[in-house]
Amino acid sequence: MKKTSSVFTVVIFAFLYVPMIVLAVASFNTGTDISVFKSFTLNNYRELLRDNVLLPLLLNSVIVAVISSLFATVLGTAAALGIHSMGGRMRRMTMALTNIPLTNPEIVTGISLALVFVFVGQVMKIKSVMGFVTLLIAHITFNLPYVILSVLPKLRQMDDHLSEAAMDLGCTPSQAFFKVVLPEIMPGVISGALMAFTMSLDDFVISYFVYGPGFVTLPVEIYNYTKKPLQPKIYALFTFMFIIILLAMIIMNILQARDSRRGSRSLRRRSTNA
Amino acid sequence: MSKELIRLADCCMAFDGEVVLNNINLYINDSEFLTLLGPSGCGKTTTLRIIGGFQKPTSGDVLFDGVRINDVPPHKRQVNTVFQRYALFPHLDVYDNIAFGLRLKKLPESETASRVRDMLALVGMKGFEERKIDSLSGGQMQRIAIARALVNRPKVLLLDEPLGALDLRLRKDMQNELKRIQQQMGITFIYVTHDQEEALTMSDTIVVMDHGRIQQIGKPEDIYNEPKNAFVADFIGESNILDGVMRADRLVEFLGRRFPCVDFGFDKDEPVDVVIRPEDIDIVAADSGHLCGSVTSVTFKGVHYDIIVDFHGFKWLIQTTDYHPVGANIGIRLEPEDIHIMKKSEYSGMFGDYSSYSAEYDEIGDAEADAAGEESENEE
Ligand SMILES: Nc1ncnc2c1ncn2[C@@H]1O[C@H](COP(=O)(O)OP(=O)(O)OP(=O)(O)O)[C@@H](O)[C@H]1O
Ligand SMILES: [Mg+2]
Repeated sequence: MKKTSSVFTVVIFAFLYVPMIVLAVASFNTGTDISVFKSFTLNNYRELLRDNVLLPLLLNSVIVAVISSLFATVLGTAAALGIHSMGGRMRRMTMALTNIPLTNPEIVTGISLALVFVFVGQVMKIKSVMGFVTLLIAHITFNLPYVILSVLPKLRQMDDHLSEAAMDLGCTPSQAFFKVVLPEIMPGVISGALMAFTMSLDDFVISYFVYGPGFVTLPVEIYNYTKKPLQPKIYALFTFMFIIILLAMIIMNILQARDSRRGSRSLRRRSTNA
Repeated sequence: MSKELIRLADCCMAFDGEVVLNNINLYINDSEFLTLLGPSGCGKTTTLRIIGGFQKPTSGDVLFDGVRINDVPPHKRQVNTVFQRYALFPHLDVYDNIAFGLRLKKLPESETASRVRDMLALVGMKGFEERKIDSLSGGQMQRIAIARALVNRPKVLLLDEPLGALDLRLRKDMQNELKRIQQQMGITFIYVTHDQEEALTMSDTIVVMDHGRIQQIGKPEDIYNEPKNAFVADFIGESNILDGVMRADRLVEFLGRRFPCVDFGFDKDEPVDVVIRPEDIDIVAADSGHLCGSVTSVTFKGVHYDIIVDFHGFKWLIQTTDYHPVGANIGIRLEPEDIHIMKKSEYSGMFGDYSSYSAEYDEIGDAEADAAGEESENEE
């Protein structure tokens, strides 16, 4: 029994990670054939660095990811604070409204956003609405729930009297937020921001419907590349992106692990007091 | 006489139409130790929050030094609070927690440091400056919460059941310590508790509350010796409460017999509640007492025995240091000052009857209180 389950685990991890490993290995391969490893090289990376199509697009992606995740983090944290202060029924309703976009197929979200943008564009008599702004708005929109969902649990864990205690000691309400509440929910805010960043960086489906010719992100462009034979520098690019996202995930996990250790400690203390 | 510092005038509080405080009138003098005492849910915390500025009364006024402060936000009030669950800031260490208020006032860091050090010494926590809040025990957090509030030298300190989470021993120590700090610094304390013994030992004035109403305000001795109604008599210590009739000034009739007492000012033949404290009753030989009955149960309590005595169907609780076995026939004598007369109230007949007394009675009561405590903890 134990043996089969460990075999099972290995198989699952193989499915998850073998593609990435193949890609990473290929990115260091001198040959173009993915099935034979000829010899080690950094040429693909060198070429990638010299590439003046892919790199600016990667920069575009990063710009959109950074700006949209920042906006989403601020708005999402504010929304989480609002939801947290709501009464039972309103809160449940708002939470349902927050969760629906997460489960909604991306293609539906993408098309509906595109429709809205086209409609607004027609009303405001703008010729080609699709561009940086529409892309940014779309990314902020689909990032919001991730931030809300990672901040809310932190708020729920927090002692509700903390901000009152801060005001009691002389803080204005906004000082109380920045000095006491924000530090307390920070792990949630950061992991929300990282999640939003990674979601935005590699989003293809929604971006595909709302980008304009003036501003293209990397995943959208790569989609066009896949119609031609893949160049090895693309492997290098993918490996590079994978590492960025991996780093973000590792940071997030470390934060969460540290946080849950703290949480369990204070829980233990509480139960010994009782 | 010290001067009045805070006054609540006709304060009412309702949440979604449910009345939680009903016409609270109360004044608190400078340097006074005032305790709000009452069962769970009677509105103690709500009263404290109104004084702290975290809640606005639905109607009525809050006055500080004669000035109406209903609309003054908490950070502008000269009041600091020790919260029911401490509410220490987990992301700061002990030193930074205590220094929090002083830094907001932009005090020079050197003065902040010396005041924080003094406070740590006062609460007996020297050397804990760099400790994380997580790593403190309940009693230590308690002391830090008090230090964090006191370091600001407030005129008034509000304490919401600050000793609730501590074990009995630590609790007694902290009671003495708090009283010492209060006298040493001359600060007004408004203290919330549902422990009557704690209230009696610490307070200058006790305010007994129930169901959002003030039942009685007075010195601990007065509250104990002259409770206003059956609720107060029962909540503060044990009481036998009987139906009686005032036959004349200083003469009351109950259990078919007339007793001289010290109370007067009632109508002739007015029905009243008669309170007899279990420790005031003198036990004598069966044939020489005012009343005669038989012992139905005996419980050893350490200093004394709790015995239940049946007087022709009425069961009384009597506390005595002498042992009387179950079934023994005893007599009792009641001196005029052992008898306290109260006007009839809505609480008449609800308390002070030991007919259903059993040794487990206390334990069941405690278990219920514990369950309630856990529930409120889970909500947080
Ligand atoms: N924000 C609120 N909304 C609705 N009801 C409330 C609110 N705060 C308090 N109450 C209600 O007011 C009543 C009094 O509450 P309060 O906290 O003042 O009681 P308490 O005397 O402090 O009790 P305890 O000893 O259990 O702390 C309770 O019935 C409580 O449910
Ligand atoms: Mg309370």
